[in-house]
Amino acid sequence: MIRYAHLIPFLPLLSFFINIAVGKRLPRKGDWLSLATIGTTLAMSIGIFYEVFSAYDPNFRYHAVVPWLTVADRALYNTGILVDNLTAVMLVVVSGVSFLVHLFSVGYMHGDPRYNRFFAYLSIFSFSMLGLVLAESLLFIYIFWELVGLSSYLLIGFWFEKKSAADACKKAFIVNRVGDFGFLIGILIIYATCGVLGYDEVFRAIGEGKLSGTLLTLAGIAVFCGAVGKSAQFPLHVWLPDAMEGPTPVSALIHAATMVAAGVYLVGRVYPIFTPDAFLVIAYIGLITLFLAATIALTQNDIKKVLAYSTTSQLGFMIMGLGVGGYTAGLAHLATHAAFKACLFLGSGSVIHAVHSQDIREMGGLRKKMPITFWTFLIATLAIAGVPGFSGFFSKDMILAAALEFGMRQPQHLIIFFGALLTAGMTAFYMFRMVIMTFFGKPKDHHKYDHAHESPPNMWVPLVILATLSFSFWFKSPFVEKGWFQTLVQKPATVANLAKAPAVAHAPAVEHAPAPAMGHKTAPAPHGEAVKESGHGAAESRGAAPAAHGGDAEHDAHIAHTAHSYAMYSSVAVGTLGIALAFGVYLFGWVNPERVANSVKPLYDFLLNKWYFDELYEATVISGSKAFSRGLAWFDLTVVDGLVNLAARLGIFLSWLVGIFDNKVVDGAVDGVANVTIASGSALRRLQTGKLYHYVFVLAGGALIIFLIKAF
Amino acid sequence: MTLDKLLVVAAALFCCGLYIVMTRRNAVAVLMGVELILNATNLNFVAFSHYLSRVMGGQIFAVFVIVLAAAEAAVALAIFLRMFATTGTVEVDLADRMRG
Repeated sequence: MIRYAHLIPFLPLLSFFINIAVGKRLPRKGDWLSLATIGTTLAMSIGIFYEVFSAYDPNFRYHAVVPWLTVADRALYNTGILVDNLTAVMLVVVSGVSFLVHLFSVGYMHGDPRYNRFFAYLSIFSFSMLGLVLAESLLFIYIFWELVGLSSYLLIGFWFEKKSAADACKKAFIVNRVGDFGFLIGILIIYATCGVLGYDEVFRAIGEGKLSGTLLTLAGIAVFCGAVGKSAQFPLHVWLPDAMEGPTPVSALIHAATMVAAGVYLVGRVYPIFTPDAFLVIAYIGLITLFLAATIALTQNDIKKVLAYSTTSQLGFMIMGLGVGGYTAGLAHLATHAAFKACLFLGSGSVIHAVHSQDIREMGGLRKKMPITFWTFLIATLAIAGVPGFSGFFSKDMILAAALEFGMRQPQHLIIFFGALLTAGMTAFYMFRMVIMTFFGKPKDHHKYDHAHESPPNMWVPLVILATLSFSFWFKSPFVEKGWFQTLVQKPATVANLAKAPAVAHAPAVEHAPAPAMGHKTAPAPHGEAVKESGHGAAESRGAAPAAHGGDAEHDAHIAHTAHSYAMYSSVAVGTLGIALAFGVYLFGWVNPERVANSVKPLYDFLLNKWYFDELYEATVISGSKAFSRGLAWFDLTVVDGLVNLAARLGIFLSWLVGIFDNKVVDGAVDGVANVTIASGSALRRLQTGKLYHYVFVLAGGALIIFLIKAF
Repeated sequence: MTLDKLLVVAAALFCCGLYIVMTRRNAVAVLMGVELILNATNLNFVAFSHYLSRVMGGQIFAVFVIVLAAAEAAVALAIFLRMFATTGTVEVDLADRMRG
């Protein structure tokens, strides 16, 4: 199966072309085609995952390349695919969520005038995302990176008749461009110094010291900029909440489960190139994002906005987790979050479909009307809140443990852990606030309540599947210390040339045969450190500062273990506290939330208005660009146009001079010749009298004169 | 009889012809003047030939001139007839359409 992995992205691409071209004329507008291709893709992904899982090898790598740009039999650039454990997991996550969202959309988008186009866009998104996951070089991941950006743009603006949707898609695209520009700069730095772009080649080149020190840190941060844009991290987080203008299945697929996680995936992919300084930047960006988004989510009343900010916050968790050295933790959260957040979004779609409103203040009591939606939603909420037994607990706990361990090693960064812990509590609170306001209590709008109904099976089946996947036993059995995910997805050793120590190259065994090598399976690399580490528990959370802490494995293990237990207890504690508080405030009415909001009105308004980020950007970046554009326009109108006009005036003046010369001198000469001729002609015509005797007289006179001259 | 006297007669004859040509306005009279000039020339030819040459070139030229004069008179009179037929006059003053 893995030998056909390169075919995976092309199935959805095929479906895209067919649906966009003739989808309207196909039976059922071609939704079956998209479903069939994505279903096949899912089957293939599961097949690949099964193979990878059967191997159960942390160093599993399948790397196939073919020459791409060939000049005179020399391959200038190879392309191909890279499947390792992370890729296999991502393939299943992407195609799985994508398949379920396709299924859900059949019901949700029913009757939309651009039904076939919607499925075509979903297909091209699946193509781009799968390509992104399978890419084996920075160049190709960048290409697919832009393609997912495009699909996101198309799908956010799917209902482009709505001005808010049209604005949102532009905003998403432009904000993403800012991050992508940084990404491009990072790629260019790497290419300029290393001369290669394939992951393995880059790692090897950096390991050889071709790129190191501050420039390597900068390159890492620049590449991370791409993740900041795509994963909606501070300060580029502003586009994601607006992106909720797209259809809800799109929000579930692109803006919750897969595309926004691409940034996290990217950071995971190029993990070995980051230096400790770059990691610090990543960790703090993640921290700011997760805290900021969670505080905003506390006050939002639009069900999708709450979920959007919660997504941003959870992405912040992942990024922060990667930043503090919790490689496995961050990526595990990616996988678990994909399932439960997709479930939440599809559940919210089901609710919106039923009550035709997105405002949770108008809902309430829907528990009885929509039991399946309610239960699946509740399970996913328990997962995101980090309740033990659910997948969110598994991954968030690992992240918090990594953060605490990082803080224990470097106490000046303990704030990361406490910020994250506080946010974990807030997450539980705002998620349950939403669940309670939507499903519990008494209906606030009876008209809407009476019309509410459970969604059809093709909408609730995906919910049930995703909710099932939100339990933690899928990832780690409660009876073992280490789940398969922790075993298979392990932190790669850094290749950054730190402190002049001999670098440990990451997976150096991969050979780039220029000859066609599709299906060539690389032997697992010896992989010095990782193999050693895999013997101990919690390998992913060790070595936040790998250079500083060389030996003393026992001490390390002790810290890791302590961190893990403390993080687990505290996260359960804050989670419970948050849930209890939400029930107390919103269900039992111990405290009136409006009174609380009024008592801290400035803070409440500050949060409600999303920290005034949009206003801030409007005042600074946007007006700044506008002023700059106006300045340029002025320059254009006065200086550039002035020069052009001056040249024109000069031309006119010169032409005038030449005209004078032409009229007076040239024409004067011509006219002068004519005039002289006319004058002489009219003077001479008098001689021609026509009188015979005149002629005779002249003749005789002439003869006489000649005679006289001869005579004397 | 000497050559001088003959030349004087011829010159007188020429001057008479020239005068007639310059003053008369009737075309026929002008033609007569022309005849006088031609005959003055004839007289010169014959006179010079007689006194200064051993061959008869002058006399022969004179005969040619007489023949030429006859032909000229015939052509000229025919032109005058046409002129009279179109304009109704043979006054040379009036035939000045070629005036510049």
